[in-house]
Amino acid sequence: MITWANFGSQLFNGLALGALLALIASGLTIIYGTLGVLNLAHGAMFMLGGYAGYLAWQSSGSFLLGVAAGTLALGVLGIVMERLVIRYFYARPHEDQLLVTFGLAIVFVELVRWYFSSDSKTVQAPALLQGITNMGFMFYPTYRLAVVGICAVALLVLFLVLYRTRLGMIVRAGIEDSVMVDSLGINIDRVFMVVFGIGAMAAGFAGFINAPIVSLAPEIGEQILVQTFVVVVIGGVGSFPGAVLGGLIAGEIISLTSMVNPGYAYVMLFAAMTLVLMIRPRGLLGAKGRE
Amino acid sequence: MDRKVSFLPRRRVLSAGLGLAGGLALPAYVRQALAADDNGHPPIGTWPEGVKGKEVFIGVAVPRTGTYAEQGEDELKGWQLAVEHINSGNELIRKISPKTKKGVQGKELKLVVADSAAKPNDAVQAEQRFITENKVILMTGSTSSAVAVAMNKLAQREKVLYVTGISGSNDTTGKDCVRYGFRQNFYGETAANAIGPVLLKAYGKGKKMAFMTPDYTYGHTVTKSTSEYLKEHGGWQMVTNQVSPLGATDYSSYLTNIANSGAEVLLNVNWGRDAVLSTQQAKQFGVIPKMKLVIPYQIPFLAKNIGAELAEGVYAATDFWWTLEDKYPLAKTFVDAFRKKYGYYPEWGAENAYMSFAMWADAVENAGTFYPPDVIKSYEAGRKLQSMVGEVYFRKEDHQLVRPVVIVRGKAPKAMRNKEDFWEVTEIVPGAGLMQKPDAFGCKLGEYT
Repeated sequence: MITWANFGSQLFNGLALGALLALIASGLTIIYGTLGVLNLAHGAMFMLGGYAGYLAWQSSGSFLLGVAAGTLALGVLGIVMERLVIRYFYARPHEDQLLVTFGLAIVFVELVRWYFSSDSKTVQAPALLQGITNMGFMFYPTYRLAVVGICAVALLVLFLVLYRTRLGMIVRAGIEDSVMVDSLGINIDRVFMVVFGIGAMAAGFAGFINAPIVSLAPEIGEQILVQTFVVVVIGGVGSFPGAVLGGLIAGEIISLTSMVNPGYAYVMLFAAMTLVLMIRPRGLLGAKGRE
Repeated sequence: MDRKVSFLPRRRVLSAGLGLAGGLALPAYVRQALAADDNGHPPIGTWPEGVKGKEVFIGVAVPRTGTYAEQGEDELKGWQLAVEHINSGNELIRKISPKTKKGVQGKELKLVVADSAAKPNDAVQAEQRFITENKVILMTGSTSSAVAVAMNKLAQREKVLYVTGISGSNDTTGKDCVRYGFRQNFYGETAANAIGPVLLKAYGKGKKMAFMTPDYTYGHTVTKSTSEYLKEHGGWQMVTNQVSPLGATDYSSYLTNIANSGAEVLLNVNWGRDAVLSTQQAKQFGVIPKMKLVIPYQIPFLAKNIGAELAEGVYAATDFWWTLEDKYPLAKTFVDAFRKKYGYYPEWGAENAYMSFAMWADAVENAGTFYPPDVIKSYEAGRKLQSMVGEVYFRKEDHQLVRPVVIVRGKAPKAMRNKEDFWEVTEIVPGAGLMQKPDAFGCKLGEYT
């Protein structure tokens, strides 16, 4: 149904969808760029962040505590994962990395299913952000509006860490050439651990922020993982700005296609990814040699 | 989760081939004597191997994970209770299947259960394994018509009976019907013809309607039947139909389209968790209460999940609701027994599951044998059966049960007598007038043997 009113609404909705995708994808892309590990457990970690936050939110009633718990718990989990499992796989073939992270994802999902059951869990948005906002051209759920802002702030924080701190400089240098960084006398091993922790925190944060929108279920990670991969591929593997751009493009493709025919929304997303892979295999903002 | 893949054992194929070759070489009367059972039938499917012991197995492939998990668990409880009742010769079973004593044909029933995750492949693989390993004599499961249709085909190919779990598609007893498949519950066409007049009476003629449709056989047929009824009889106009994949979580882009469509009534055909999420998000987007919400095909636990406030005033078509206990004694017995065992009021998935087993027991006892073609003919005899919604019977042309459709409306929270008293039964529409002509959806049942 193509009208100007609907076009404007879908354009905005695409932005909101894209902001969240960008946030999740940024964690995935930083980890891959720096460590060279394609983390197939990223979706499951997104889901775990939601459940960790849910536990804290449910026992305290505080949404902010939920956000903190989801983020910190996943930061800790990320570091533990990296120390116990992931670091032994840096030197091994990509297939091994895929298998081990995929295996971890299955373990996480089944643990959650065992502890929380398959039924979905609902998280209420904070009272202040419940209800609907009249934006003039459309009505939009207040919480989703806030999520756009929250994601923007979170992405900004990530940007500052990556581009305005010494750690960020090392990480970015590591993305370009980790052997060189190591030979410059920087403890790349510890940097890797921190990067994995940061990536996990981004996933955990997004996981809880997303919970009031779609509610929690053990499977939510699987779906988001596929979309996140598309975002990373479109934006360019290992590129933080690429993840943001890719997220927004993916959000707009889903929204605007659905205006014409909702059945094709995801088809178009994958068509776009194929197109990017054919014309520019390293992604829109990916640097050469990184993939 | 058990995902063991079962291949057709090569040895069985070999021995079957040898048997066939040998069989051709033998005189006809010898062959008959070797293969025949008490009634002189050659083996078919898992018969007679599956009924030689003291126990017979029933294969259940039901979603225990994923979008339809909550409804799947409710169904499973219905089957478990039915098996318990059949094995003990419970009074309720004997009211539905009068010839039942204990078990079926004196055999004890055993369930073997697998998680289908509502995926046709998983369900077919699991049942194929049950056929090989347990020699199941009956199969059931499905909380998705995509699974039911795939199971229909498996049943016909393997010559093992299949009774559907929840399946709302017209195709299950329409173009994808099979001789070996039977459906107890209501479906798109009967739902539409039952709820249609109610909607026209409540909301008037010439309304604009929007649909949310899950992208598979169930969604498409329910939307088609419902929209066509409202268009033909009330001049309603479908202004948008938002088709989404099963298991979608974010409905924002679909709801944005609906919000801009000018629709007055929103008919949500999504099911399971998809229905919960899309309805909750419809409220977040202000689509509800601006538009009237209608559920053309009821979802067990919907009201519990979205809350009574959101369900208030919503019309839905369903198979069963527990307050029917006030009207039907069998419903009361069932609801009491179910509550005693599981601690909550059964939803229609459990009722459908229980009834489909009870009716199978009746068909077998009346056939006097497990021999599948005889059991099928017993179903097809069109005996009147007592059910929790009155008298019902199977239609022999498409194996669909002719049964009433129940129309419910969401109660106001303060009118609820207990915390599970979400719906008020407004009408019980007799089944015969709701059904299409038996061949209207292209049903061709196929062979008995």
